[in-house]
Amino acid sequence: MAKKGDWVRIHKVILPAAERTAKLPDDTKKVDFEMWVKGTLQNETAEIGDDVTIVTAVGREEVGKLLEVDPYYTHSYGKFVPEIIEIDKQLRGIMKFGGEN
Amino acid sequence: MKLAKDYNSVMGRSADIMKASLGLDFNDFESGSVAFDYEGLMEATGYTIEEIDKIQSRTGVGHTQLLELRNITALARKYAKPGYGARILVKDEAANASGSFKDRRAACAVAHAKKLGYKGVIAATSGNYGAAVASQAAMQGMKCIIVQECYDSKGVGQPEIVEKARKCEALGAEVIQLTVGPELFYEHLSVMEDSGYFNASLYSPFGIAGVETLGYEIAMDCRERFGKDPEMVVCTQAGGGMVTGTARGLIKAGATNTEVVAASIDLTGLHMASDEQFNKKSCTTGHTGFGVPHATNPDTGDVPRSAARPLRYMDRYVTTTQGEVMYMTEMLANLEGLERGPAGNTALAAAFALAQELPEDAILVVTETEYTGAGKHIQPQLAFARENGIEIVFGDPKDDVPGKNIVLPADPGLFKVKDLDLDKQRKSLIKRSVPRANGKKLTAQDIEFLVADTRSDEAFVKAALDELGVEY
Repeated sequence: MAKKGDWVRIHKVILPAAERTAKLPDDTKKVDFEMWVKGTLQNETAEIGDDVTIVTAVGREEVGKLLEVDPYYTHSYGKFVPEIIEIDKQLRGIMKFGGEN
Repeated sequence: MKLAKDYNSVMGRSADIMKASLGLDFNDFESGSVAFDYEGLMEATGYTIEEIDKIQSRTGVGHTQLLELRNITALARKYAKPGYGARILVKDEAANASGSFKDRRAACAVAHAKKLGYKGVIAATSGNYGAAVASQAAMQGMKCIIVQECYDSKGVGQPEIVEKARKCEALGAEVIQLTVGPELFYEHLSVMEDSGYFNASLYSPFGIAGVETLGYEIAMDCRERFGKDPEMVVCTQAGGGMVTGTARGLIKAGATNTEVVAASIDLTGLHMASDEQFNKKSCTTGHTGFGVPHATNPDTGDVPRSAARPLRYMDRYVTTTQGEVMYMTEMLANLEGLERGPAGNTALAAAFALAQELPEDAILVVTETEYTGAGKHIQPQLAFARENGIEIVFGDPKDDVPGKNIVLPADPGLFKVKDLDLDKQRKSLIKRSVPRANGKKLTAQDIEFLVADTRSDEAFVKAALDELGVEY
């Protein structure tokens, strides 16, 4: 459960698929136009999925469905990609760093 | 009275919203037909290049190092014919306050917004520009909103874009993240209208004027160090601001003989507004999906007329591939000790091949590097590609198929550039400009404008109009 003052992330459908009138490829026409934004929860309490109101970092009020409490980033330096090591070996080999290849 | 905020109502008010959010009436520069007063628009910023330099210097922007890439130059020479292989230098724009050349654009736009009394700034960008605007807003004591195209309909985001969102938030901005689609412009306008913030558009004259210092510094640095202007300057081409601003700066410095080459990653075949293909690309900017439309149809952005008009300035437009850019990013780290972001190395990948066309005493300058970090680095970008079913192989980059594979050059000798047909781009721009005449005959002023906008001549423009059956 989230409570007033928590930092949260909300989700909102801005345009349902049926209301998308812009020139779009077929696959994009089939899906909603969605938005995510973070802010301070204004409701006294809320559960994930509830319609809530937040105040964003610049002080703007925004409404949407509660998605996450204490949101954080999970992007990283990614999984091992062996090709990168091959590039390094190849380049060091050609350039003979340290006089060796 | 509360304004209606539905799609059609907001889009219908776009001209008024843009006027209020830029403090500039673009109608003052319109001819009522195809032509508009481009130089008049640029002058309307009211800043000289010296004043822009001062604005930028106050906030840790500009006067970045021009680094000579000695090992990469030596490597390129191994594949060039004897006596060939220009000296390759790079402007280390990652050293700007927020980590890219976009600080130059943002510094100017935010300073102008502040001068005009706006409380905040807003920009629509999934790129480094968001961090630049957020950083400048923080330094200049203003609020900031960044609107990003970030996710596909499954809520999966490119690691590179997610990192940029993180950075914007770290710098105090609010980030509005959206799914794929041009309706981003609707949300952008709507928030602009409600907030009353300044539209720190990438394409405003303030932004482009900010890049002029980059070209100017390159010319001055080369004269001081080598006693001459660079033979070639290679710019990554996406929205067109880098090419336009750099070339204008070179011209202002008097470096009129320097060849300006635009370079984009070839993403032919991938539709930029496709939800399914959104995460099939492995570079989120610097590619032909932005580069070609912005060159041939510059006035489609978030301002009525774009100040970025790259076809006016480029001598050549070449493409490289995702695999070459990824390989080059690793090369820059491993051979030069400079770990930088991949997208910023698009021009460098092209430069590695272009340098081999020039003699050894020629100077080739690559205009940028960008910051790197989690998500925005070849390892997460390649890992993400692999997770999305993209095949990663060593081979000949000419076998690259965007959305299917990433071909890392099996050997550095396989780096090549492909020249795009500039005349085709020019004709495309002319075709897309004609509707502004509203069916009327094009005027002499229109012809003159199209000559400048395509960097061609009267005979070329008239022949293109004849081909289209357009009267003048």
